[in-house]
Amino acid sequence: MSASIEEILTQALQELAHAKDLNQLDQVRVNYLGKKGVFTEQMKELGKLEPEQRRSAGQVINTVKNSFQEALDARKVSLEAEELQARLASECVDVTLPGRGQTTSGLHPVTITLRRIAKIFASVGFDVVEGPEIEDDYHNFGALNIPEHHPARAMHDTFYFDPHTVLRTHTSPVQIRVMESEQPPLKVIAPGRVYRCDSDLTHTPMFHQVEGFLVDKDVSFADLKGVVFEFLRAFFEKDIQVRFRPSYFPFTEPSAEVDIECVICDGQGCRVCSHTGWLEVMGCGMIHPEVFKSVNIDHQQFSGFAFGMGVERLAMLRYGINDLRMFFENDLKFLQQFK
Amino acid sequence: MQVSEAWLRELVNPPVDTATLVAQLTMAGLEVDAVQPVAAEFNGVVVAEVVSMIQHPNADKLRICQVNVGEAEPLQIVCGASNVRPGLKIPAALIGAVLPGDFKIQKSKLRGELSFGMLCSEKELGIAASSSGLMELPDDAPVGTNIRDYLALNDNVIELGLTPNRADCLSVEGVAREVAVLNNLSFSSASTAVVPVEHQDTLAINVEASDACPVYLGRLIKGINPDAVTPLWMQERLRRCGIRSLSPVVDVTNYVLIELGQPLHAFDADKLQAPIVVRRSRQAEPLALLNDQSIELDGQAIVIADQNQALALAGVMGGKDSAVSDQTRDIFLECAFFNPISVAGKARHFGLHTDSSHRFERGVDFTLQQRAIERATQLIVEIAGGSVGPISQAIVESALPQRLAVNLRQQRIEKVLGISLDNQEITRIFEGLGMQVAQTADGWSITPPGFRFDIAIEEDLLEEIGRIYGYNNLPSSSLLMRAALGKAPEGQLAIARLQDCLVDRGYQEAITYSFIDEAMQNTIAPNDEFIRIQNPISSELAVMRTTLWGGLLNAALYNLNRQQTRVRLFEAGLKFTRVNGETQQTKMLAGLVVGHINSEQWAEKSRNVDFFDVKADVEALFALTGTAAVFEATQYPSLHPGQSAKISDSNGKPIGLLGMLHPNLEKQLGFDSPVFLFELEQEAVLERAVPKFSPLSKFPSVRRDIALLVEDSVSAGAITHCIKSCNETLIREIQIFDIYRGQGVAEGYKSVALSLVLQEFTQTLTDAEIDALFKRVLDVLATELNAKLRD
Repeated sequence: MSASIEEILTQALQELAHAKDLNQLDQVRVNYLGKKGVFTEQMKELGKLEPEQRRSAGQVINTVKNSFQEALDARKVSLEAEELQARLASECVDVTLPGRGQTTSGLHPVTITLRRIAKIFASVGFDVVEGPEIEDDYHNFGALNIPEHHPARAMHDTFYFDPHTVLRTHTSPVQIRVMESEQPPLKVIAPGRVYRCDSDLTHTPMFHQVEGFLVDKDVSFADLKGVVFEFLRAFFEKDIQVRFRPSYFPFTEPSAEVDIECVICDGQGCRVCSHTGWLEVMGCGMIHPEVFKSVNIDHQQFSGFAFGMGVERLAMLRYGINDLRMFFENDLKFLQQFK
Repeated sequence: MQVSEAWLRELVNPPVDTATLVAQLTMAGLEVDAVQPVAAEFNGVVVAEVVSMIQHPNADKLRICQVNVGEAEPLQIVCGASNVRPGLKIPAALIGAVLPGDFKIQKSKLRGELSFGMLCSEKELGIAASSSGLMELPDDAPVGTNIRDYLALNDNVIELGLTPNRADCLSVEGVAREVAVLNNLSFSSASTAVVPVEHQDTLAINVEASDACPVYLGRLIKGINPDAVTPLWMQERLRRCGIRSLSPVVDVTNYVLIELGQPLHAFDADKLQAPIVVRRSRQAEPLALLNDQSIELDGQAIVIADQNQALALAGVMGGKDSAVSDQTRDIFLECAFFNPISVAGKARHFGLHTDSSHRFERGVDFTLQQRAIERATQLIVEIAGGSVGPISQAIVESALPQRLAVNLRQQRIEKVLGISLDNQEITRIFEGLGMQVAQTADGWSITPPGFRFDIAIEEDLLEEIGRIYGYNNLPSSSLLMRAALGKAPEGQLAIARLQDCLVDRGYQEAITYSFIDEAMQNTIAPNDEFIRIQNPISSELAVMRTTLWGGLLNAALYNLNRQQTRVRLFEAGLKFTRVNGETQQTKMLAGLVVGHINSEQWAEKSRNVDFFDVKADVEALFALTGTAAVFEATQYPSLHPGQSAKISDSNGKPIGLLGMLHPNLEKQLGFDSPVFLFELEQEAVLERAVPKFSPLSKFPSVRRDIALLVEDSVSAGAITHCIKSCNETLIREIQIFDIYRGQGVAEGYKSVALSLVLQEFTQTLTDAEIDALFKRVLDVLATELNAKLRD
C-alpha cells in the first residue's frame, strides 16, 4: 500500500512536470485532488482500515498529498511566469509605427495672428467688438470725416452695392458703431475682414484689419505712442525699434504712420523693406473732433486715440511669408505650416 | 510728386547729405518713396562736336568721324549710330572713361580703323531706359565741358508719396518751404517780376460759375516764335519731375505747375471766339480732349467755353480744338483757381487723372494766380518771344475759401503732445510754414495761408507742431489704466472654442473670399437671393456668398488638384442674404470633408468618410454647448436627397444643414469621391447652457434591451422622440445599438434594437414596475409608429 502510494506520487509529479500550461496543470490537480481524484480516493479508502493502521496510513497519504501540493504550487508559479513571458513576447509591437486615428490640424495664420493681437490687448482690458461687412457709406466714410468727393475716398478703392452701400474698406466703422451706443471710457479692438477693389502681387480684394481705440479723459499722444510701442514689442517678442511719422487720415488728428525696424534684415536694408530698414505696420492718431461730433461725444471732455493695422502684413512679417496671395489660396501645404 | 534734388537745393540748401534730407522729409510727413540718381555712375564723357565724317571702308554701317573734344587736335572715333552727322554736338566718352556697368573705354580698332573713344546715346549714359541713336546736344553746348556738369547730372529724383492733405507740397517751392522750416533756414522763391505789357488787346472773360471759379486770369501773348525750342535746362528739370517736353508754351505751363503748384493752360488764340465763358456744362455737351478722348458732359462739370463750344474741362484737361500747335503764334494764357469741390471727382468720372486735376481737387493756393501768370509769361517771352498783353481778370472774393484764425492753447500743447514750447519756437514753426502768428492770453491765434487747406482746428495746429518738432521726439508713456475687472460669461462660448474643436478633429481652417462666382453661387444655393457687387474685381468675385460652401468647395478642388487626397476644411465667416428686401449678414461656421476618414496608415484598411463621421463632428460642436440639436431628413438642391439633414435647435428653429454633395454636382465640379458639407449659424452653437447640478440617485439603474419592428420609413429620431414624448421620468437614457434588415424581417421593415436605462430616486425598481412601464411605452410606439416588439 505504502509502496504504491510512493509510486502514485512519482507518477503525479511527472504529470505536473509535463503539464504545458495552466489548463493542463489544473487538469492534473483535479485528477489527484479533485472530488474523485486519486488522493481523494485514497483518503476514502482509509475508512476501511483498522484504526491503528488508519493513523499511520493517513499520515503517509497526507505527506504525499502535501508534497504534491507543494510541487503543484511551484509548477503553477513557473507556468504563470512562462505564460506571462510568452504573452509579453507575443504582444511586443513596433513602437516606431505611427499611431492611428484622426490627427489634429491647424488654424489659418490670419486667425492665429488675430488671436495673438486680441490676447495682447485683452490683457489690459480691451474688448473685442465686430461689425457688419456690408456697411452704409455714412459709417464707412461720412461719420469718419470723409465727406463725399474727399480725395481720401479715392484712396480706398471701394466696392459698391449701390451709391450708399459698400463693402467696408476698413474696420474703422466699428469705432463709430461702438461710440454711437456706448459712452466713454472705451477700450475696444475691432478685428475683421475688409475689402478694397484692388488685386495684384501685393493686394488682395479682401484682407483683415484690426482697429483699436481708446477714449477717456486726458488721453494723449504719449499714451498712443506707449500702447503702440508695447504692442509691437509684445507682438514680435523682440525689443524692436519703432518710429512714428506724420501722416494723414481724415478721422485722426494728429495722425501718424508707424514703422518698425525691418524684422527680416534687422534694419540693415533688404528687398522687403525697399532697402530703407523700415517697415510700415500701422496707421494711428488722436481721434478727430469731427468724429466725436458725429457720435455726440463731447470732445472737450474726452479725448482718445485710434489705430489700425493690416493682419496679413503682420503675419507675413512674423512668419516670413513672402506672398500675400497665399493667404486666400488655402493650399494645405501652406496652411498646415501654421499648426 | 517727383522733384529734382538740385532744383530743390537751388531754393533752399541745408548742410545735410541726400540721405539726411530724405529722412527729414519722411519724418515730417512727406514720405519719400524712392530716391533715384538722374543718371547712372560714369565719368570721362565730354561735350563734343562731329567735325567731319567719312564712310568706313570695311563696314556699311560704320562711319569714321573726326571729333572735336575741346583739345588741340580732333580725335578719330568710329561710330555706328544712324543720326551721326557733321556739325552734331554729342557726348563723347574719351579713352579712360568708365561708362555705366563698369564699361571701360579703350583705344580700339574697328574693322581695321583706329577709334579713340565712343560717341554716346542717352541709354549708354544711363539717362534713359532706351534711345534710338546718339544723344543730340544743343548747338550752343560748350565743347570740352564734362557732360555731367553740362547736364547737371549730379542730381537725384526724390519721389514723394504725399497724403491728400498736403497739396501745398505738390510744388518745388512747397517742398522747399518744408525743408527750410525743418532746418531753420529761409528759402528763396522764384521770380515774381511783372512783365511789361506791350499791347492792349484782351479777350472778354465772363465767369458764370463764379462759385466754382472765383479767380480767373487770362492774357494774350501775340507773335511768339513757333520755331523756338525749350532750353535744355528746362527740359531736364521737367524730365526729372516726370514730365515730357512737348513745346515751349506747354513746357512753360508745366514748369510753373511744378515750380509753384499752379496749373495753367494756353489756348491757341486764333481758335477762340470771345468772350471766354466759365460755366456749367450743358446736358450731353460734347468735348474732344487733348488726349484724343471725346467725352459727353453732364450738367455738373465746369467748362471753359467760347461762343461756339466747350474748350476745356475746367481744372482737368484742355480741349483738342483750341490747343496750341507748332503753328501757333498768338496764345491766350489762362490761370485760374477752381474750388476743390467743383473739380473733385470730375476727372475720375471720365477716367482721367491729370497733374492739374490732382492739384485742384486737393487745393491750389488761391492767392497764387497773379504771380503764376507773370512767371509763366516771363518764361514764355524768354524762350519764344512774343508781345505781352494786359491781364484780364474775374475775381469774386466772396467765393474764395476762407482762412480763419485758429486758436492754439499753450495748455493743449502740453496736454496732448506732452511738450512745452516757448513763444519764439511756436512763432518760428508757424511763420516758417507761412502762417500768421499772434499771441493771445492763453496761447496763440494762427491764420493759415492760402496754400494750406488742412488747418481749421486746434488739432491741426498740434499736428504741425508735432511734425516739425518730430513725432519721434515726443514723449511716450505707459498707459495708466482705470480698468474694470474683466468678464467671464459662461452662457456664451467663444468661436475660438469651436474652431479649436474642429482643428482637434482634423479640420484645417480656411479663409475664402466673401464674394464668389455667380455660376458657383447658383449651383450650390439656387434658391438663395444674393447681392451683386456693382464694380467687382472680376466675374469670379462678383456676388456675395449666401453660403460658405462655395469657397470651401473651391478650396477643396484647389487642393485635390495639387495631389492632396484627403481634405478637411472649415471656415468661420459671414454669409450675405436678402430676406424680404433686407440684407442680412449672418455669422456661419461651415465645414467640408472629402476623402478617407483617416490619413493612409498601416494598421487598418481605410475607407471614405460617410455621413455619420461628419455628423459626429457636428454633434461634437453641439456637445460643447450642452444643448442638443435636432436632425431631420430634408431636401436641399445641392445635397444628396437621401443624405441631407436640416439641423434645428431645441426650439425647432432651423440653424443649419448637413449632407452629402449631390452626386451630380460632385461630378460636375470635378470631385471623384463623395463630399460632405455642413453649415451652422454661429449664434446657435455659441449659446451655452450654464450647467445646473442635479442630484445623483443612490439606487442602481436597470438596462433593458428591446428590438422593434418598424417600417423602413420610420426614422430613429422618430422612435426616440416618440419614447421621450411618453414622459416616463424614469427613463434616463435611450440608446440605439443596432439596425437590422434581412432574414427574419419582412421586406420594407427593419429591426431597431434599443437599450433603455431606467432609474428611480427613491427605491430600486421592481420587475413589475419595469414591465408596466415598458408596456405603456410599447403601446404608444404601436399606436404612433405601428412598431411591434420583435420576438
